[in-house]
Amino acid sequence: MNEAAQRIWHPIASSTDLPFRHTYHGQLLGREFAVWRADDGYVNVWENRCLHRGVRLSIGINDGTELKCQYHGWRYANRTAGCTYIPAHPADAPARTICNQTYPAIERYGLIWSAEAPVGELAYIEVLSGSAVFPLRGIAVNAPAKLVMQKLVTYQFQPSGQIKGQTATSQLLSSSDDSCHLAATDGAHSTTAVFFVQPVDAGRSVIRGVLAETPADDLKRPVLYHHNQLLTALREQVEQEFSTLPQPAPFAPVIAPPSAPTLPDIDFDSPSPRGRSAPLRVQVSKKWMTALDIAAFDLVSITGQLPTYQPGAHIDVHMPNGLIRQYSLTNGPGETDKYTIAVKREAASGGGSLCMHGQVREGDVLAISEPRNNFPLRRDAIQTVFVAGGIGITPLLAMSRTLHHSGLPQTLHYFTQSRDHIAFPEILGTMAATVQHHLNLSPEETAGQLRGILESYKPAMHLYVCGPGPMLEATRKIADDLGWPEPAVHFEYFKNTNEIDDSSQFEINLARSAMTLQVAAGKTILETLRENGIELPSSCEQGACGTCVVDILEGEPEHHDVFLSDGEKQSGKRLMTCVSRAKSNRLVLDI
Amino acid sequence: MTLHPKISRCADPQLVNDWHSVADMATLATKRIHQTRLLGVPVRLEVHTNRQPTAQRMDLGIAIDSVEKYGFLWLCLGTPQRPPPEIPEARETDRHCVTGGSIALNVSGLRTVENFLDMGHFPFIHTDWLGVEPHTEVPPYKVEITAENEVLATECTFFQPVASPTAKGGFMVEYVYRILRPYTVCLYKSNPVQTSRMDSIYLFVQPVDEENCVAHPFLCYLKDGIDAPTVRWFMQLIFAQDKPILENQLPKRLPLDPRAETPIRADASSICYRRWLRDQNISYGAIPSAI
Ligand SMILES: [Fe+2]
Repeated sequence: MNEAAQRIWHPIASSTDLPFRHTYHGQLLGREFAVWRADDGYVNVWENRCLHRGVRLSIGINDGTELKCQYHGWRYANRTAGCTYIPAHPADAPARTICNQTYPAIERYGLIWSAEAPVGELAYIEVLSGSAVFPLRGIAVNAPAKLVMQKLVTYQFQPSGQIKGQTATSQLLSSSDDSCHLAATDGAHSTTAVFFVQPVDAGRSVIRGVLAETPADDLKRPVLYHHNQLLTALREQVEQEFSTLPQPAPFAPVIAPPSAPTLPDIDFDSPSPRGRSAPLRVQVSKKWMTALDIAAFDLVSITGQLPTYQPGAHIDVHMPNGLIRQYSLTNGPGETDKYTIAVKREAASGGGSLCMHGQVREGDVLAISEPRNNFPLRRDAIQTVFVAGGIGITPLLAMSRTLHHSGLPQTLHYFTQSRDHIAFPEILGTMAATVQHHLNLSPEETAGQLRGILESYKPAMHLYVCGPGPMLEATRKIADDLGWPEPAVHFEYFKNTNEIDDSSQFEINLARSAMTLQVAAGKTILETLRENGIELPSSCEQGACGTCVVDILEGEPEHHDVFLSDGEKQSGKRLMTCVSRAKSNRLVLDI
Repeated sequence: MTLHPKISRCADPQLVNDWHSVADMATLATKRIHQTRLLGVPVRLEVHTNRQPTAQRMDLGIAIDSVEKYGFLWLCLGTPQRPPPEIPEARETDRHCVTGGSIALNVSGLRTVENFLDMGHFPFIHTDWLGVEPHTEVPPYKVEITAENEVLATECTFFQPVASPTAKGGFMVEYVYRILRPYTVCLYKSNPVQTSRMDSIYLFVQPVDEENCVAHPFLCYLKDGIDAPTVRWFMQLIFAQDKPILENQLPKRLPLDPRAETPIRADASSICYRRWLRDQNISYGAIPSAI
C-alpha cells in the first residue's frame, strides 16, 4: 500500500539528533529504524530489531564502531550490520549470514535521509545548494503527511532579517507531495525556506524545515523561536482538523525473517563459499612501508560493501602472478570501509611477498576472498595475553585493538628485531599502555621473557600467539610447562613446515553424500574430493589456516597440520583435508 | 465493550479450559469489586467477607470458576480439565513460600516465559546480580520434553556474582528449568547454604491479552539465612530489570516460525519451548509458524 512512498527519499532525523555515540529511534511509513553515527562519521540506518530476539536496537549501545544489543550483548559492525560477536558463545565466530537489514543513508541540508527501497538518487534542491543552509527544529504532528502538507503550503513567516516584523508576505514557489518551497518577503528582506514532511506513520508526521541562509549569530535564536511558535500553531490546527476525521490504522511494515541459519543448523558453521573462490574485487588505495621490509596495503571495495570481519580473520589474496596467499586483517572494530593487510618481504618465499612488494601498486585491482575467521578471539577473559613475533603481529593487532576499544584487560607483547621492524607504530602508539615491546632478543632471551610473561596463569586467562614457527613452538611449550591448559592457548602458524609423507593410500566414506572414494598416494583428501565434484571451502591448502576442516565419524587420522592443538589431534574428531591422511584403511567423514 | 482490533479472544481450548492466576489475594480488599482481563476477556472479581472469591465474565455476564491457591486467585474461563499446578515444595515448612509481587508487562506472556528461561541475558540485564561481564558464556545443557509433556532443561549452569541474597562472592550456579504449561514456568536453583537442596521460583503468567500479561511470581526459598521480605525484594529487583527490555521486543507476540529470529545453541530451551507450543497448536500470544 505504501510501495510508491517507500521508493521516495525522506528525512528521518536531523543531524543534531545523532550526537556522539547516541542511538536514535527513527521511523518512516511505520518502519522503525535504529539510526547511529559511528566515530568515523558514517551514519547507519538499520532495521530496529536485534536478529536474535527482536529487541529494539535503538535502545542499544553505540560504542563508536559497533552497536551492541542491550539484551544479550550481540555486536553489529558499522556499515555492514553484520554480527561480530555473540557473548553466550565466546569461542565461536558468528556465521556471516547473521547480518541485519540496512537502509541507505544520506546526510544533506542538516538532515538524515533514507527510504525503504529508494529509486534513484536523492535530488539536489537548487535553493539549498549554498553551504549556509539552516535547519529548523523538527516538529512532530499527530496527523497524516498529506494533511500537514495541505496546511504547510499556506505557512506565513517573517524573513530572518526582519524577524520581529509582522508585515511579511509568503509566497509558495513550488510544492510536491512531500515538500514545499516558500519565500517570505518584508520590505528589502527575504528568506527562502524548504519544508519537508516525513511520513512517520499513517497518522503521524514530522515537519522538517530548512532555511536557505543561516541567520546572523544574534538572530539564530529569535529565528528558531519564531518558526517553533508558528509551526506549533500550525500543528495544533492540523491536529484539531484531523481529530474530526476517521483515524487511519497504523501501517504494518513487514518484518522480514533474517537470512540466518535455520533450525536445526543452529551451530556456528559458517556456510563459506565453496572452494578457493575470490568473489571480491578490491583496489589498493594506499601502499606504504609500515616497517623495515613490511609493506602495508589498504584495500577498498569496487564491488559494493566489504563483508563483515572479526578480529583474527584472514583473506586470500589472488595475485597478479597467479599465486594465492593468506593475510590477516589488521583492522580495528567497525573499520568496514577498507581492509588493511601487511606483507613481509621474504626473499626465500615462493614469490607471494615479492609480488606484493614489487609488482602491486596503488590503484591496482586484486581479487580477494571473503574474510574467514579460524582464529576467533574470546572476549570473556579476565586477562588476555598476546604474544606476537615479527609479522605475526597482524591478527593480534586486530584482536588487541578490539579489546582496547572495549577497555578489556590485556597486554600485547611484540617481539621484533629492532625499532625499525615495528609495524603500525602509529596504531600501537594510541594504545601504548597495553603494548610491551621486546627488541632484538636471542632465542634464549626470548624464552626467558616468555617465562616471565606467562608465569602466573589463572583460570579465565587466555593466550594468543602468532609468529615464526620456532617462537610459536617455544611459547606453547613454556605455556604448557607453566600450567596453561591447552584450551587457553590459541595460536596461528604462518605456514606448515612439516615434512608430509603422502605415500599412503586409503578409502574415505562420505557419510552425508553416501559416497566412497579412494585417496591415492600423492593426492590429498581435498584434491580427491574436488576431482569428484565436492568443493570444500579451503584457503591455505597447506595445513595452517584451518578452513578445510571436516569432522571424522570413524577411523584413525594421521595429522600433518599445524592448526589443531595436540589435544584435538589426539581426540581424532577432526582433520584438515588439505594435508592430513589416515592411519586406518578407511575414514568416515561428515561430508 | 469493544476490543482492540489487534486483540482477539482466545481460540485455544487448552488455554480457555485451564486455570490462570489473575491476582495476588493479598492485593484484593474484601467486599470490593476488582477488574482484570484474562485472554482478552474483561473479568469482575469480588472477595467476600469470608475471603471467598467469586468471578464473572463481563462480556457474557456469567459466573466463572475461581479458586485460591498459593496466595493467588485462579480463574478458568471455560470448563477446567485439571487443577492448577501442583507444587510439592509449597508444603515444606522450612521454606518461605511467598508471592513475589505481580508485575504487568506490555508484551506477550509467552515472551515473558521465554525470558524466564534465558541465562544469556544475565550479565547484561541483571548486571552484578545474576551475572557480570566478561563471564558471558552459556555452557551446554540438556533439554527434553518429559512423559508429563513438560519442557525440562537440566544441567544448566551460569556464573553469578551474587547468586541469591544470601550468597557472597561469585560462583557457578546450577539451574533446572521446567515449563509446566504454556503460561507457567519454574526454575530450581541450587541453594547457597544447603547445597543439596534447591530454591524454586514459579512464574504464573496471566495472559491479559495477546500483547499484555501480568507475571505473578511464587517463591519457595529455604528459610536458612534469609527472610521473606528479602526474597520478595530480590524478585522485584530482577523483574524491574527485565520489564523495559521485554517491552522493547518487536513483534510483541512470540514468533513460532523457527526462521523468524536467530536462535543459537544457548537458546536450546527456547527452541524447544517454541516447538512445543507449535506442536500443541497454541496460538494465543504467538505468531503461528508457516511450517
Ligand atoms: Fe531476566
